Amino acid sequence: MNPAFSVIFLTTLIGVGQGLFLALFSQQSFALFDLLPRQDARFYAWGSLLALVFTMTGLIASFFHLGRPERAWRSATQWRTSWLSREVIVLPAFMGILFLYGASHLSGFDPVIVIVSGGLSINASVILGGMGTIMAFALFVCTGMIYACLRFLQEWHTPLTVINFILLGSASGFMMATLYAAVYAPSQTDFFGNWAIIITMLGLLGRSASLWRNARIRPKSITQTAIGIKHPRIVQKAQGAMGGSFNTREFFHGKSKAFLQAIKAFFLLLAFVIPLVLLAVGTYSPALLGVAFILQYIGLLAERWFFFAQANHPQNLYYQNIS
Amino acid sequence: MTQLALVIDLNVCVGCHACVTSCKEWNTSGAAGPLCDENPYGADPTGTFFNRVQTFEVGQYPNTETVHFPKSCLHCEDPPCVPVCPTGASYKRKQDGIVLVDYDKCIGCKYCTWACPYGAREIDEKQKVMKKCTLCVDRIYDTSLPEADRKPACVLACPTSARLFGDIHDSESVVSKAIRENAGYDLMPEWGTHPANHYLPRRKTHLKIHEDELERADNPLKVDGKLPKPKKSDPALDDVTSW
Repeated sequence: MNPAFSVIFLTTLIGVGQGLFLALFSQQSFALFDLLPRQDARFYAWGSLLALVFTMTGLIASFFHLGRPERAWRSATQWRTSWLSREVIVLPAFMGILFLYGASHLSGFDPVIVIVSGGLSINASVILGGMGTIMAFALFVCTGMIYACLRFLQEWHTPLTVINFILLGSASGFMMATLYAAVYAPSQTDFFGNWAIIITMLGLLGRSASLWRNARIRPKSITQTAIGIKHPRIVQKAQGAMGGSFNTREFFHGKSKAFLQAIKAFFLLLAFVIPLVLLAVGTYSPALLGVAFILQYIGLLAERWFFFAQANHPQNLYYQNIS
Repeated sequence: MTQLALVIDLNVCVGCHACVTSCKEWNTSGAAGPLCDENPYGADPTGTFFNRVQTFEVGQYPNTETVHFPKSCLHCEDPPCVPVCPTGASYKRKQDGIVLVDYDKCIGCKYCTWACPYGAREIDEKQKVMKKCTLCVDRIYDTSLPEADRKPACVLACPTSARLFGDIHDSESVVSKAIRENAGYDLMPEWGTHPANHYLPRRKTHLKIHEDELERADNPLKVDGKLPKPKKSDPALDDVTSW
């Protein structure tokens, strides 16, 4: 496939937003059980605003992928069958809950909803946070399933696609949370930083597993099944047009194998190895974490580019030679 | 249930592209608007087509065959492009099984092209909506046309009648018979999309000439040798018998 930067930015930016929210709410959940010190309400409020900015930027990026953005509202209608339609519904829903979560912290309107046995009081922000967590994971699943449900694209048609969207989005979000905490609440950087290390390592594991799997794919479709002629040697001599077509522009990245290999090494280094090294230093200074987040984000952009470029669409069998 | 479809005979197709130009002519002039082209007379011309003829060489020189392969939307019975559409612009008609795009609902997200293993859909780069073969739905039901003309433009244009059109669910239709009797097959059966369009394979015509067709059969032992060729002036059979 030819990677579209609108989709690359959409999937990576909302990943940061979702991960950052999950990080904030896990801190609040730990604090609920007095495992961590409760933070000032504004810590959660500005954090969720930051997450909202990331998801909003992602949403704006997604519009550049549409030929007719003015009709985008129609894409919420087919949620019964289309994962893309489900994503279109879940993304604004997640953003809405993110907004309410931040607003309840910022405004101080955070009434106790229930008191469970043992005297633990559950506030509105906890309920909203729980709903947001469900929505964040639902959004990860929707985004991942958009790709994983296409059975012809064998590189994507695996549960690893969804798992990696969850892990890589969360890794960058927890990294952002670590940076945010280093600036705003330095006492909490250890908590976020340790989770960022764990999730980044899990992400490396999940992505390596999918790289390992994809290197061993045997394509189900071959030229013989594409045109239905059983002969071991079939060579395309013409594709019906010499100036290219939508099919040649959309499904070929046009880069060399060596370039792809270089991008693979580049993203493995930037998205996983360097951030892990920087986190392992353990000083957690804002500057260091800022560099770590930016490098990891660039690495994840490269990872997403590679994710698209590596997928080999069976229609390419009809477009092997121009003439 | 009706399932309209094309059956394309690869044994007959000569790769003349008449179906391509005829398709483009009909579908660019219809009520749905043009099939836009970019740089049609420039250095790098490209455009939207419903139908393309590709050419493949099968075999190793000198034992090769050139196969011309017309390719358009196959109107799958289980079309993978339809359920993924987020707007419902892509749909399959219940009454005749034609897969269509509602150009007024399409948002141009291209997700359906990712879900089509055949590359049958092409985006119109000017109108920014997805387009594909409609089986000339604006023509096959047009009662103002003579009945013989109510067929897709490509079928009417084909000079060798390599393209057949009909209902593959009607076992007595010309397309069903062609599929049944000439080993019609579908493309990429491994994905279970059940394409409605079928292709008829290349067939070899062997002419077996027996020895006795070249030489007299009534002189098997060659005792008489070949009969001398009668002179022009000799009486012919008609002159000596009255049969």
